Amino acid sequence: MWQIALVLLVYLPLVIGIGHYLYHVTMQKKTWLDPVMDRIDTIIFKFSGVKRVDMTGKQYVLALILSNAIMVFIGYVILRIQSVLSFNPNDIGNMEATLSFNTIVSFITNTNLQHYSGESGLSYLAQMLVITFMMFTSAATGYAACMAFCRRLVAKTDTLGNFFVDIVRVTTRILLPISFIVAMILVVQGTPQTFNANETAQTIEGKMQDIALGPVASLESIKHVGTNGGGYYGANSTTPFENPTVISNIVEILSMMLLPGACVVAFGLMVASRRKKVLFGKQGMVIFAGMGILFLIGLVTCYMAERAGNPIIDTLGITQDLGSMEGKEMRFGVAQSALFTVVTTAFTTGTVNNMHDTLTPLGGMVAMFNMMLNVVFGGKGVGLMNMMMYVLLTIFIACLMIGRTPQFLGKKIEEKEMKLIALCILIHPAIILVFSAIAVTTVAGIAGITNPGAHGLSQVLYEYASSSANNGSGFEGLADNSTYWNVTTGLAMFFGRYLAIIIQLTIASLLATKLWHSETVGTLKTDNAMFTFMLVAVVLMIGALTFLPALALGPITEHLQIRS
Amino acid sequence: METASKKSFITRDILKSSIIGAFKKLNPVFMIKNPVMFVVEIGFIFVLVLTFFPNMLDDGGDRHARLYNAIVASILLVTILFANFAEAIAEGRGKAQVQTLKKTKTSTEARMLLADGTLVMKQAEELKKGDIVLVRAGEIIPNDGEVIEGIATVDESAITGESAPVVKERGGDFSSVTGGTTVTSDWLKIEITSLPGESFLDKMIALIEGASRKRTPNEIALNTLLVSLTIIFLLVVVTLYPMTTYLHVDIPIATLIALIVCLIPTTIGGLLSAIGIAGMDRVTQFNVIAMSGKAVEACGDVDTLILDKTGTITYGNRQASEFSPVQGVASETLIRAAWLSSLTDDTPEGKSILSLARTLNVNDADEKTITETSKHISFTAQTRMSGLDMKNGPEIRKGAYDSMKNRSIAAGQVIPKDLEGLVNRVSSLGGTPLVVTEDDKILGVIYLKDVVKSGLKERFEQLRAMGIKTIMCTGDNPLTAATIAKEAGVDSFVAESKPEDKINLIKAEQALGKIVAMTGDGTNDAPALAQANVGLAMNSGTNAAKEAANMVDLDSNPTKIIEVVEIGKQLLMTRGALTTFSIANDVAKYFAIIPAMLMVAVPEMSALNVMQLNSPTSAIISALLFNAIIIPLLIPIALKGVHYKPMSTEKLLKRNLLHFGLGGVIAPFIGIKLLDLMTGPILTMMGL
Repeated sequence: MWQIALVLLVYLPLVIGIGHYLYHVTMQKKTWLDPVMDRIDTIIFKFSGVKRVDMTGKQYVLALILSNAIMVFIGYVILRIQSVLSFNPNDIGNMEATLSFNTIVSFITNTNLQHYSGESGLSYLAQMLVITFMMFTSAATGYAACMAFCRRLVAKTDTLGNFFVDIVRVTTRILLPISFIVAMILVVQGTPQTFNANETAQTIEGKMQDIALGPVASLESIKHVGTNGGGYYGANSTTPFENPTVISNIVEILSMMLLPGACVVAFGLMVASRRKKVLFGKQGMVIFAGMGILFLIGLVTCYMAERAGNPIIDTLGITQDLGSMEGKEMRFGVAQSALFTVVTTAFTTGTVNNMHDTLTPLGGMVAMFNMMLNVVFGGKGVGLMNMMMYVLLTIFIACLMIGRTPQFLGKKIEEKEMKLIALCILIHPAIILVFSAIAVTTVAGIAGITNPGAHGLSQVLYEYASSSANNGSGFEGLADNSTYWNVTTGLAMFFGRYLAIIIQLTIASLLATKLWHSETVGTLKTDNAMFTFMLVAVVLMIGALTFLPALALGPITEHLQIRS
Repeated sequence: METASKKSFITRDILKSSIIGAFKKLNPVFMIKNPVMFVVEIGFIFVLVLTFFPNMLDDGGDRHARLYNAIVASILLVTILFANFAEAIAEGRGKAQVQTLKKTKTSTEARMLLADGTLVMKQAEELKKGDIVLVRAGEIIPNDGEVIEGIATVDESAITGESAPVVKERGGDFSSVTGGTTVTSDWLKIEITSLPGESFLDKMIALIEGASRKRTPNEIALNTLLVSLTIIFLLVVVTLYPMTTYLHVDIPIATLIALIVCLIPTTIGGLLSAIGIAGMDRVTQFNVIAMSGKAVEACGDVDTLILDKTGTITYGNRQASEFSPVQGVASETLIRAAWLSSLTDDTPEGKSILSLARTLNVNDADEKTITETSKHISFTAQTRMSGLDMKNGPEIRKGAYDSMKNRSIAAGQVIPKDLEGLVNRVSSLGGTPLVVTEDDKILGVIYLKDVVKSGLKERFEQLRAMGIKTIMCTGDNPLTAATIAKEAGVDSFVAESKPEDKINLIKAEQALGKIVAMTGDGTNDAPALAQANVGLAMNSGTNAAKEAANMVDLDSNPTKIIEVVEIGKQLLMTRGALTTFSIANDVAKYFAIIPAMLMVAVPEMSALNVMQLNSPTSAIISALLFNAIIIPLLIPIALKGVHYKPMSTEKLLKRNLLHFGLGGVIAPFIGIKLLDLMTGPILTMMGL
């Protein structure tokens, strides 16, 4: 328990510091890296021919979609012909078509759902040029979208910010430096970073074993910093090479939590700085607190459930003094595993340091629920945007209750915005529930399910929740490398990512050009504890009410059954 | 107003027509306008079919399926009827209000004046814009128009409820006449200014009846939210079916439909249009006609109220409150002179001077002879004084300080040294000083006091708590204005304001992002009324003002804008409160239905049956019943609006959250449990 408290305690000052830095980068203010980075940026812009002019919301979205589309195309080609390209010392073959589709969508959408095993499915070139590259660009895309969104909420014009400038600045000033530091720490802890081919070792039993190596640390750092989650190895952060020690585990947890939280801090500063300099903008604090409360509820539930153990294991005569250790690494134990699980699903990273399939039903439900809500900090900026949809919804209802027409930061929320907000909130559950329903009614879908009854349904729900939330963690156990699962999860990831971003930026554009109304004592206060409370209640109401029936059939039934 | 609204809350006639209306509205063509309830209707039809053909979808062939389906179907039908009833009753109350108005509309004949001067009788409906009609005493004015000739008294009680006739004449602020009102003396030549069927009266009738009711922006936005919630829950239940099939959990179709209906926001969905109609209705009950629901909604957002001093903040008439003689003049002399100066003065100010003088025991024995023999000098804008010339006696005058001083100096009189002090004292008290002279010799000053309407100070304090700023506009000098502003408790004031100042003030406030409301009556107020977000015109005002405004006060009481603001807030609050209540209800319904649904296949689910409900069937029936019954129970709140007292937004939010949020979570737990206790045994008897 103290380990959890310690990590969270270290997290707070870190996130505030990085939040300020992110705010300065976003708003083009001075930072200490400017002397070096400004030169690099200038070279990049000169080389790529990017003109640093402000874009309208529409242009921004178009730039985002087009650049992502080009990356998808190049990445897909590389995966399909990797066997003939260089940097392939282990002679890995070309990837199959639907798996390539799934993989490329998975990485461009920052999901990093893996229906392949990295060590046997990808060449070094593909690992670097497709996987690691996209880990940077997809994270940067998410942040850029979020920045464009936040800037428009506080601005009075729709023409501001340039997508290419944003994406470059985020990469050079935030993702690269932080990843570099994290990679160094991981190398110190024992993570490999090499271009050498796999080692072959003789085991004590006298058998031969391939030890998979490669540029692991560099991927591992951006995997967490960019809340990506795709492991170098199939077993992800459970393997000693990806996550060797408790220290590396804590570093990885903190790296995941850093930027999504910092986004909220930066947004708070954007709102607050309209008036004066502060440590932590009130508006940001309110949203941060709302996310924090949801996070802690999940964390405590998950930890308690794992701590309590599994009654069926008890009946087998195995002691559970350490809690439910099935599928967990001895070096992490229940506390570090539960924290990792809740962080990776709340911050939608998708990396795992234990098998989520073997979590207790309630522990697994927390992981699933975090992804179903998709607003508990969430991934790389998009989490904040998703939460803002609930913020706007809460404002809509709260404003009516004090007899005002709804307004946020001086902008009225009217029919058009409401339509888009509702649509945005609707997309995520629709993707999860509809795809799950189709999966359990089709032969191809059922073929992938490897567990009977309630747990089988949980596998399906988890897979689509993970896809739509662009989380990427797997419940595992699902036989998901089939045409059916590759295509449907690919579509879920695609829609979950791009529909949401397009709609959210449209809402921001609409609000940006709206007539500004003053905030008086008569308008709703959106920066106090009362609002945090309402926000959490609305998220839980909509989230819980939407997924409760499905959860009742899956994890809740399973929980009740193993306890009776 | 309070008693009137209580009396007419529901009459037997309204009840009867509403019940019929509830059935008429079952027509899917009407229902589709309310998507939430339309889903319920589709569900009803579905379950109804399943009642007759229980095995249509191979529902397990339970022999009780038919009875169960029949019960679910009838509860669904009742739910729809309740919602329709709520709407019908809101419309019915509005209709009752216009019955009298409609009577005035029936078959008016008018005398049309042709270009050659001949008169032709025509039906009011046939009159076109620009036609000229002659209306004599005792006749009804056929349509809205402008007086172009003649002077007459008009009885406007049909519209205003005010029985005293009003004088109408050509030009000025009293030239517009309203169709449906009656000329009580003399005659008027009127140029018709509106098309048949589009007169003020017609608009009023249409507005109140709700026939031309357009849904307001906020109502549309809220409706969007409700529709999306409906879609989400439809998805939830529709996708639930294959999942349960996969797990071999059998759930009757009727139960799934019951779940949908319980989860979608039927409570607010059923009451939403009733809330809107009733909100407009409450405004009408205040004798204010809102040209659109949007205007009423905008009222809730008002940040700044711009109020005229005279007539709004102070009573229209100033009252004499003191006589201050200059040094060397006896008090009695001044009182007598002041009394004389006002004897022939018919203005309210003049009358108040007479009555004050009488209470100070002025010698008024010779009143009759003086009135009969003296020559009245009336007030003009040039002289700025009035009084009388007594036969063989002195010339008595009272008037503005400047004019009187000049006149006195011109006549070679000495200006008393303490005069300026007296005048300034009155000004600084917020009053108007009138200087009295006898044959140009200055005697003293009359203090005309501006009386602030009682209770206004408290009102403004409440407004401040609600975050509304009040600005007073007055033509007075800054000194007087400041005093009145302080006495009334307005936040700021504009002194010596000209009509164009008002529109500049509104623009300035709007540039600061404020929503501005104002009242006005004159033609020169029209641009400002149009510029303001909420413009309340007085019915006594000109047509131009009424056209420009988005609300018209039939009683011509400018203070009413405060009430209208409160009604606007109340309207929005009622929507918010019932939406919150409706969504909060779902928690309890889930706890009733989910375990009940799954208990047969997963017996362990009984652990979630926290309400200890009798049986799965009774749990579902009770939840569904609660869902239906809550609609009529909330009709009074929907029609009257949630209780509203001005208070700070924080307190207001906390209170409403407690009542409708927390209350919304708890109430259904109790309600469903009670219904279960009642229906449980009955269902057992039926063998369900």
